Amino acid sequence: MTDTAWIDAALTSARPQAVGALLRYFRNLDTAEEAFQNACLRALKSWPQNGPPRDPAAWLIMVGRNVAIDEVRRSRRQEPLPEDEAISDLDDAEERLAERLDGSHYRDDILRLLFICCHPELPATQQIALALRIVSGLTVKQIARAFLVSEAAMEQRITRAKARVADGNVPFETPGAVERSERLSAVAAMIYLIFNEGYSAGGDTAEIRSPLCEEAIRLARLLLRLFQSEPEIMGLAALLLLQHARAAARFDADGALVLLDDQDRSLWNQQMIAEGLALIDKAMRHRRSGPYQIQAAIAALHARAARPEETDWTQIDLLYGALEMVQPSPVVTLNRAVAVSKVRGPEAALEMIEPLSSRLSNYFHYFGVRGAFLMQLGRNDEARIAFDRAIALANTSAEAAHIRMHLDRLMRDSAPCNAKAAK
Amino acid sequence: MLYAILCYHDEDFVGSWTKEQDAAVMKKLAVVQDKLAKQGRLGPVARLLPTTSATTLRKEEPPVVLDGPYAETKEQLLGFYLVDCNNLDEAVDVARDLGAANPGGAYEIRPVGLFQPGGPVK
Repeated sequence: MTDTAWIDAALTSARPQAVGALLRYFRNLDTAEEAFQNACLRALKSWPQNGPPRDPAAWLIMVGRNVAIDEVRRSRRQEPLPEDEAISDLDDAEERLAERLDGSHYRDDILRLLFICCHPELPATQQIALALRIVSGLTVKQIARAFLVSEAAMEQRITRAKARVADGNVPFETPGAVERSERLSAVAAMIYLIFNEGYSAGGDTAEIRSPLCEEAIRLARLLLRLFQSEPEIMGLAALLLLQHARAAARFDADGALVLLDDQDRSLWNQQMIAEGLALIDKAMRHRRSGPYQIQAAIAALHARAARPEETDWTQIDLLYGALEMVQPSPVVTLNRAVAVSKVRGPEAALEMIEPLSSRLSNYFHYFGVRGAFLMQLGRNDEARIAFDRAIALANTSAEAAHIRMHLDRLMRDSAPCNAKAAK
Repeated sequence: MLYAILCYHDEDFVGSWTKEQDAAVMKKLAVVQDKLAKQGRLGPVARLLPTTSATTLRKEEPPVVLDGPYAETKEQLLGFYLVDCNNLDEAVDVARDLGAANPGGAYEIRPVGLFQPGGPVK
């Protein structure tokens, strides 16, 4: 790795802790970010010459704080410029600072930094953009690219989000147990949103947007490192890993969606699967189930099946049943119906989704799934109507293309019959 | 004599590598490993999954199972090599070669007292 690549990686990994601590000192996001930026500039000058500090985060916090304090003094013109002595003899100071950065502060600093991005008044897309900017340190350009919007639009979105956050009350007191767990679940939900933003991309943009998935996984691992015994955070990390492990198999060369049953499983990332399975395994030992764990357990059953026929659909049906209880939603029922169709056949599955029709009347997947059940039952005319509706509701061109494939198959299947009838 | 070379590194830092950076490091390490393997000196090599996947059993009475790695330190045990070396100097040389391929962190070099290779695992 080149020098600069090394430093980049070190700055990225130190960022959440450093910005989080600086935010605690200055109680102002802009000041904290600016202080961190300045510290990074000094690092780029100093590290290649003096070698890496033992604790990069502590170094950056220390330097960032001193530089910011200098600036305040400078602007007040009360004292002569303190120059670099203020940050000299860093080795010594670094050690003292590192000692003061005790575990709980470090944890709550990062959690706070993530938590302020989950401001309830911010729409989801702004929460994600803000987190990617201030926690992950992605550039506005990188974020704009992942969101497929112009840099100017993204800049504006982030500026607005920041202003919103600054107006609100950032909670600086050390959280109690209840608050901490509330913050954790808000942050977990936000990380899941980041992941989904990347995961729900179509084949044409999947590659551009997959950094979102990778960043979400990095944040989930970070969160889990801070809160090692939280089964739902294990579940979240496992879920993201198991889903993302399939990334290479989810789209064909033309960018069309490949369904789970048709995916080339040799393309699945076995290392991510191993990590995901290990985490869900660990989480289950706690016997404190939750939506992320259940979803991860479902993903784990898919990951464990070397061939689609080996999928344990009965267990998946049961898990969706459990998910329906903790997180009732028509979308969960719809997913469960797919498992039911494998276990008890399309008729039972169709019956199960019939009551959802009004609530999912604008949901692409509802009509895709419904069409597939009808097709399996040989009710081709009804299937065609459902597929037509699905195409009208498709969110990406890959989704539409996938349904069109079904329609083509229906045409092919019914064509010989029609020809016969004509004779 | 067999030496264990235990790899310690800041996991956050290693976790910040891009896929390409990670692959580049693994490729450089493979060169060092190949050389040792050709000399018949390379035993098992393991890269461990992140410490978030670790569980610790404290052998108290009764034993307690805890989530996470044994020690919460700035640098974590991320993997190990088993290498046959004539003496410590040789083992340090191997660690140096590995370190040149993957800078940062530290290697702990420990002579192996008992080694049971076990059977092949899948």
